[in-house]
Amino acid sequence: MSGPQHHDAIVIGAGIVGAACAEALARDGLRVLVLERAYAACGTTAAGMGHLVAMDDSPAQLALTAYSARLWTALRGDLPRAVEMEECGTLWVAEDDAQLEAVRAKARVYATAGVRADVLGPGELFAAEPHLRRDLVGALRVPGDGVLYPPAAALHLLDRARALGASVREGSAVTAIGGHSVRCGAEVLRADVIVNAAGAQAPALTPGLPIIPRKGHLVITDRHPGFCRHQIVELGYLASAHVMTNESVAFNVQPRATGQVLIGSSRELAGWDAAINPRIVRRMLERARHFMPRIGTLSALRTWTGFRPATPDKLPLIGPWEPTAGLWIAAGHEGLGITTSLGSAQIIADLVTGREPAVSAAPFAPTRVLATAASEHAPLAAASGSR
Amino acid sequence: MNPGTDVWVNGRPVRAATGSSVAAALLDAGIGAFRTSVHGEARGPLCGMGICHECRVTINGVPHRRACVELARHDMRVETGVASEEISWRDGAAAEPAEDALEQLEADIAVVGAGPAGIAAAVSAAERGRRVVLLDSAAEPGGQIWRHRRGYPVPSDAGRWLRRLERSGAQIIRGAAVVDARALMTGGFELFAERGGQEEGGALRVSAARVVIATGARELFLPFPGWTLPGVIGVGGAQALLKLGAPFAGKRVVVAGTGPLLLPVAAALARSGARLAVVAEQAERRAVTRFALGLWREPRTLLDAARYRAAFPGTRYVTGTWVVRAGGDDALREVTLTDGRTERTLPCDVLCTAFGLVPSTELARLLGCTTRDGAVISHDGGETSIPGVYCAGELAGVGGAELALAEGELSGLSAAGACHGSDARVRRLEARRAAGRTRAAALAHAFAPRAALRALPTPETIICRCEDVPLGALRPEWTARQAKLYTRAGMGPCQGRVCGAALEFLFGWPPDAVRPPIEPVLASTLCAGGASAPAELATYA
Repeated sequence: MSGPQHHDAIVIGAGIVGAACAEALARDGLRVLVLERAYAACGTTAAGMGHLVAMDDSPAQLALTAYSARLWTALRGDLPRAVEMEECGTLWVAEDDAQLEAVRAKARVYATAGVRADVLGPGELFAAEPHLRRDLVGALRVPGDGVLYPPAAALHLLDRARALGASVREGSAVTAIGGHSVRCGAEVLRADVIVNAAGAQAPALTPGLPIIPRKGHLVITDRHPGFCRHQIVELGYLASAHVMTNESVAFNVQPRATGQVLIGSSRELAGWDAAINPRIVRRMLERARHFMPRIGTLSALRTWTGFRPATPDKLPLIGPWEPTAGLWIAAGHEGLGITTSLGSAQIIADLVTGREPAVSAAPFAPTRVLATAASEHAPLAAASGSR
Repeated sequence: MNPGTDVWVNGRPVRAATGSSVAAALLDAGIGAFRTSVHGEARGPLCGMGICHECRVTINGVPHRRACVELARHDMRVETGVASEEISWRDGAAAEPAEDALEQLEADIAVVGAGPAGIAAAVSAAERGRRVVLLDSAAEPGGQIWRHRRGYPVPSDAGRWLRRLERSGAQIIRGAAVVDARALMTGGFELFAERGGQEEGGALRVSAARVVIATGARELFLPFPGWTLPGVIGVGGAQALLKLGAPFAGKRVVVAGTGPLLLPVAAALARSGARLAVVAEQAERRAVTRFALGLWREPRTLLDAARYRAAFPGTRYVTGTWVVRAGGDDALREVTLTDGRTERTLPCDVLCTAFGLVPSTELARLLGCTTRDGAVISHDGGETSIPGVYCAGELAGVGGAELALAEGELSGLSAAGACHGSDARVRRLEARRAAGRTRAAALAHAFAPRAALRALPTPETIICRCEDVPLGALRPEWTARQAKLYTRAGMGPCQGRVCGAALEFLFGWPPDAVRPPIEPVLASTLCAGGASAPAELATYA
């Protein structure tokens, strides 16, 4: 059947993941419709730091982040200036010899995934970042990592999708998903492929998805160019991200293309309460001052919060959702959605068109959670339990 | 001889009069371009009262300091024209401040803003035995209308109130910018302020059972081609700069905007020796006349107006005339006015332009107070939609100092639990407030900016001056938050205080939600602010 209402694929959500999926599917020749309940990039994409990082919580995470980083690098030449992509690299800083040993191990792990990384001694570290505390013992430098401005990146991906024939409807909330169809207002729209890319909201449309909002705070400063040159992360960041505690902070700063310094990070299970919590802001800034004492002298412009779509095993849900015919999931990217949006979208497009994805899609299969979800009355409790 | 102080501007000594602002000292030294915008344009002071952040300079190695609110001090080092991309923290940035010094105060009533409304509120509450803390970001109480240099004579009506304030027992905290406020689950409120500007960076927490917000108003600036040129300043902005010592003698000045403020400012400029070319009111003559006739009950106001008008006898005051563009390379050279039929271009050095006032509601909105048409809604006793939070003055609707005083007294009495309808004094205050509100409505009607002003900016005209976002980058169907996310409009240090109101006028966009800090603060201050934060906060609305 064809006609103005027919689409090959409907993507729900115009955050960075939905935008990337729309672009990838449109590139494969599918007629794509994007349905966004509010406006593009208004949710987690608007709130994120925008890092492009290789991350090694698990081999699957490392494979997906490394693959996605390569896709971003390939796209870089086409990105408009507003996307503010900077290949600043990441420094994972070590506070003591045990952490330095962990840094060396991390370097070896990165090498297995083909991610360039080198270990810096204290001398090289302070030459690279004079504002770091003097008693740090070293760092892992990942030169290929970068930062960008997520809303502009999402808009750009949507523009590319439109240029390939996709259409984007903002202010169009999907209220239900059925087999090969979605309900949007009074309409029922049909397509062979439905992609739920609604981020932290995805479970509202696909019950059973074990995604919960994991709140984060950020502080951005006025323009202080040169204060730091790399994204700098404490080695304990992964632990902060990995362990699903009620509240944790980890030092993470970024130099923005504007000269501003973006200061993170925090993780909280606080439902959907978006209020700024001054106590968390303090813990986060104290952590930042612990590593960069003079960061307190910068002028702080704004604070905000956002909600990461978190899953129990820290891996996104990418692939078909067998219980519903034609439904695919691309959600649950926690704090790595900007990085892994391109890789996730490519996996979806590969699986939809029957190609073998460049990285194994098995660890991301959304149905991996079905067994646990079925055995638990409250998937949220499972998601928030400690591991 | 000028008793004063020496400051170093770009390595050269400059003499600054005692009590004058850094902005005044720079203008006196012939420097009009204070900073370089993110796209490389020269910029100078616009608002003159700490709102717009256009006058930012580097002071003693600390970038992003507002020259209009900093007072010149001996041996101060000031750097201008530094491209924001080039400002380096390395050039002697402030030393790490003392570890999280958090000063704490407790009060029955905290009053924010020491203009007429805040002073009247603080005085009436303190005179009834309440412990009152009055916070203001300026170096001296008085607000915009009673702004004065320390040690200089103050306007006569101001003097009476300021003396009464000194005697009232209210604790006055000067130079404290309130950046966050919280309602506590246990009742009462916490205000959080940065003291003494970012150079000293002291953090202050005030706990109070009740809060009176009297944060006043700021000018409405509407974009037109050339409005970002150094030399284009506000109307109230000119007055504020003048009061802190900025020189206008010999300058060719055009005043073009709207509202009763044009007259006293033109008079003050004329008295300071400015060569006033024309005073142009955008409202039609009929509207201005009708408004003036409506003031027959207030002969003093009309007499004041006549006296102001008499101060610039050789200059025309024209109605139905507005600015369409300003010209010049890196400073203002000429301005073009129109009456809708004919355009006329005048050479000029300074253009004073603004289109009325906008209530400053950020703090009230942070506490969850409901607003309507941009002003905070309050009940008879000045209480807002949030129990325990009162408002007074311009943020509740722009109506001038007389109305602000009446509202301040009423809110102060209410917050002190001493506002009784049976009291004759309260009834007189209520009558004054009712009359003031009527006049405010007439004023808003008579001087409403005309629709033609919406057509002034071209696609290239900068709308967000902090981030240099042109009109052409914005789409009318967006919201303020979309504009912010997609173009950075409103993301700069003024936090949308200038472009937000302009965009509301141009596109009808309501302002974006407020979040702490409501003004830029040192990161260390923000950090200190969390120290006392109780685990349980009532959530912001």
